[in-house]
Amino acid sequence: MSNKEKHWEKTKGLMIITLIIWFVFGYLIFMFGSDLNTSSFMGYPLAYYMCAQGSIIAFVVLIFWFANRQEKIDEEFGFTEKEDD
Amino acid sequence: MFKGNFIDNLPKIYGTYTGGFFIFIILMAIAEQAGMTAKTIGILFVAFTVCIYAIIGYLSRTVQVDAYYVAGRQVPTVFNGMATAADWMSGASFVAMAGGIYFGGYTYMAFLVGWTGGYVLVSSLLAPYLRKFGCYTVPDFIGTRYGGNFARFCAVVVLTLASFTYVTAQINATGTIASRALSIPFELGVWVGLVSILLCSMLGGMRAVTWTQVAQYIVLIIAYLIPVFWISNKSGFGFFPHFMLGEEVARLGALESQFGLVKNAAADIKAAGVPGGLKSIAVSHAGVPEGGMAAWKFISLALCMMVGTASLPHILMRYFTTPSVKAARKSVAWSLFFIALLYTSAPMLATLSKISLIDPNLPTGIIGKPIAEIMQIEWVNAWINVKQAFIADFNGDGILQLNEWFMRGDVVVLATPEVAGLPYVISGLVAAGGMAAAMSTADGLILAIANALSHDIYYKIIDPKADVRKRLLVARALLIVIGAAGAYIASMRITSILGAVAWAFDFAMSGLFFPLILGVWWKRATRQGAIAGMIAGLASGTAYLIYVYPKFMGNAPWLGIDHLRFGIIGASVCLVVMVVVSLMTEEPDKATQQMVDEVRIPSGKTILGKQH
Repeated sequence: MSNKEKHWEKTKGLMIITLIIWFVFGYLIFMFGSDLNTSSFMGYPLAYYMCAQGSIIAFVVLIFWFANRQEKIDEEFGFTEKEDD
Repeated sequence: MFKGNFIDNLPKIYGTYTGGFFIFIILMAIAEQAGMTAKTIGILFVAFTVCIYAIIGYLSRTVQVDAYYVAGRQVPTVFNGMATAADWMSGASFVAMAGGIYFGGYTYMAFLVGWTGGYVLVSSLLAPYLRKFGCYTVPDFIGTRYGGNFARFCAVVVLTLASFTYVTAQINATGTIASRALSIPFELGVWVGLVSILLCSMLGGMRAVTWTQVAQYIVLIIAYLIPVFWISNKSGFGFFPHFMLGEEVARLGALESQFGLVKNAAADIKAAGVPGGLKSIAVSHAGVPEGGMAAWKFISLALCMMVGTASLPHILMRYFTTPSVKAARKSVAWSLFFIALLYTSAPMLATLSKISLIDPNLPTGIIGKPIAEIMQIEWVNAWINVKQAFIADFNGDGILQLNEWFMRGDVVVLATPEVAGLPYVISGLVAAGGMAAAMSTADGLILAIANALSHDIYYKIIDPKADVRKRLLVARALLIVIGAAGAYIASMRITSILGAVAWAFDFAMSGLFFPLILGVWWKRATRQGAIAGMIAGLASGTAYLIYVYPKFMGNAPWLGIDHLRFGIIGASVCLVVMVVVSLMTEEPDKATQQMVDEVRIPSGKTILGKQH
């Protein structure tokens, strides 16, 4: 496998992990909304908290994490952009 | 005052600007104490901020193609994040979202999840690759990746339909706010709003829109957060509302069962003469409706909004302006961070507003009190007079019940500061924030349409030999034409603000989502496949919308997929058709496959040249 292909394999892997986490916070937990709501977090019913703040915060953290991981992958295979590009 | 170039000085410039805005707020507060009328304060707030945007728009004027289309590709990540956040958060997010949560509770909050989660798709599937491609517009990518003018043309059609549906709602919102703040008729307000919007974008295109959007973000976030924190502190709900309203949410649940959640019969509402668009609370605030269908409705709405986010051209094109691919990725993260500041505050504002109104133990509470007494309250009277609130004593006992108090969703944001007894200067600030939110989104949308028409239709298809001067002239002329068309339709008021906004997402996802991602992620995708997918997706989605929308054919939705969710049908059809047709046709040539390989590597030159 060439360098480019290996880089793309890793990039795809990261994309899939990112989308799995996205699916959990965007959909999976809300399939069990009424069960979640019986527990509470900081005094809020849990399902309510997750759509008011929890999932939104999770998405922000996820995108920052994704961007850093992808930069590492690009570095590993020598595809980092030069500043003057 | 500022040495060095403009980009290096951005933090200083916008820091000074923010400080200046705070000084302006303080001056207004002093003027209010000195006896300036509420009306004058409102006018000054809106006029002052709009003038600042117009000045920024003028200073950013340009005669260069890449500055006009992609702001010279030098917008730093954090600033592009702010600009995207303003581009994204529309008049609907600012004015209607808290009201939506107030009336819709948990079920409505699917919009919050949907309007934020889409950015995960943008960052992992699209933004970095489109940036590497080096296109000026979204159809530019479709046209080059798949080749041929017809594919480009189809993408322009989807873009125009989706963005135009959205922009009428934004111009409508600027009109509403301008007419209220400046005390002019709505029809005139729409045109005042349009002129303000065009002042920001006409001379400098994307460059001007970028720097005004940053300024607008600063105004709108200040205008949203100050009231939330102030109300929470003043009414003793807690110093930091986001972490401290658990008790109030529980209290709302108790009050709901005490008063009872009654859904009024349509006939009763009509008989009582409730003005259109006003609602009473009939849904639990934090309770989750039982059953699989309710969960599916929540998830399907979130899905449409997320996939729609990742297909809306006015958002995607913001990531063409960053200096590098790396910066494009980071910039998506910053965008969502800035959006989250407002989105996580909206449920808090809805909670504060609701508890202030329905808790009879609070001095601000009105539910459970005699109607004659409530009619004496100044703010109640003011909002009833403009048909934004209404009282219908259904059971005739003279006491206001929960189902007897009607108001428009927008009132939550616009009136809560007044209800909590904040000075009028805050209401003026909120008007300026709403204006900033609606203007910034309208600017992004009008520019997306005008750029696609001028670059993809005029320059790429009609007259490829046109010189720079002529191209920019056409781009500006189109900006005016599209804005005027939007304002004209907005003045006819076709659908409520939110209905139209959700439709734009569904149109965009029906026609653009799969052609965009498969263009990067599937080398085998062919021109014929993409064209067939775009046409079939858009046609089936639109047909389904006509089939279910109550005002058109009004048939029963299939599997709960109603007019807010028709993108599910369109996008599925688009995917199937695109894959089948691609596999039936010959695979793309060597050059195209190499181009896709190049797009996947962040380093190196963009696919399209710097000037094209």
